[in-house]
Amino acid sequence: MSAPGSALRAGSDPYHIGHAPSAGVPEYTGHGAGGPAPKRIVVGYGFWIFILSDVILFSCFFATYTVLIDARNGGPGPRELFDLHNTAIETACLLASSFACGMTSLAVARQNLLWTEIFLALTGALGLAFIGLEAHEFFGLVARGDGPTRSAFLTAFFALVGCHGAHVTAGLLWLGTMMAQFPAKGFKQTIRHRYLCFSLFWHALDIIWIGIFTVVYLIGTITP
Amino acid sequence: MSSNRQDFDDFDIGSHVGEDQVAGGAPGEAPHPTLASELRGYLAGLVLAALLTAASFWSLHEHVIYGPGIVMALIVFGLAQVGVHLVYFLHLTTSPDNTNNALALAFGVLIVSLIFFGSIWVMFHMNHNMIPAKALMEMRGG
Repeated sequence: MSAPGSALRAGSDPYHIGHAPSAGVPEYTGHGAGGPAPKRIVVGYGFWIFILSDVILFSCFFATYTVLIDARNGGPGPRELFDLHNTAIETACLLASSFACGMTSLAVARQNLLWTEIFLALTGALGLAFIGLEAHEFFGLVARGDGPTRSAFLTAFFALVGCHGAHVTAGLLWLGTMMAQFPAKGFKQTIRHRYLCFSLFWHALDIIWIGIFTVVYLIGTITP
Repeated sequence: MSSNRQDFDDFDIGSHVGEDQVAGGAPGEAPHPTLASELRGYLAGLVLAALLTAASFWSLHEHVIYGPGIVMALIVFGLAQVGVHLVYFLHLTTSPDNTNNALALAFGVLIVSLIFFGSIWVMFHMNHNMIPAKALMEMRGG
């Protein structure tokens, strides 16, 4: 932290931390030698800690699912329940959404409002398609009597996949907020940092989904 | 802290374009990557992730992998794809900016491994040592 009265401007990067040394700017290692880290680095780090805590939350649900996968009380198992074509389409939607989110990051870095809004809309549309497919699957299961109350296995399934779905839904609300804030407030530093956090969140959700389609759907289906 | 909120809110609006973009690129690369190079990075990530996803689903449908090895193959494909996402989408690099992020990730991986594999390990042994429910019923009934 800079001392009171320091001439350092918050958010500036006077020491070019992490950048190649250039004329007049010595190389700093990022271990505090060059002064406080830029705001963007600190914001990203803080949100990264939150994401890791969220991943730990998900690991508990993953462990529960894996432990309870045989606790079916005579009910159906993954092989009877899951439609892998649906899962494949969901996976494609979320991966494309993650890519569109990356494209948004490029537009935000260049402060181009039109492309920012276009790629945010694309990110959101693909996320909505994912949630729609997941809701369709969930309602189909419940309608067949295979809801979360059927067996411990199905409770674990709905808890894990539903928790991810809830995260995606929250992410969509956040995305809508960003779509409104970029035109309303412009590319201010706070808004760009808010978007940086959103992009971390969205990419992290795709990483969680890799675990879900691998452990729940694919490995679940080949387990007898 | 010497700064006030005004500093955060109003700093560099419209100026320093590209100064604040998501950190990326390998060490030694130009500090401000061009649109084309960043786009290439995301496209490479998309292609690699799509290939690994396709490999995961494909290894299940076709009998291309020795049966008992499929689970291990799926885990390897999954972990590889997580790596691809971390590098190409989240831009987790070895640059000094990312030291803290990488350390936090390492700690997260440790905790996740303890919870996930620890639970499986403990519950497997517990199930192994439990009296089957049927035998328990017979004991009670007798």
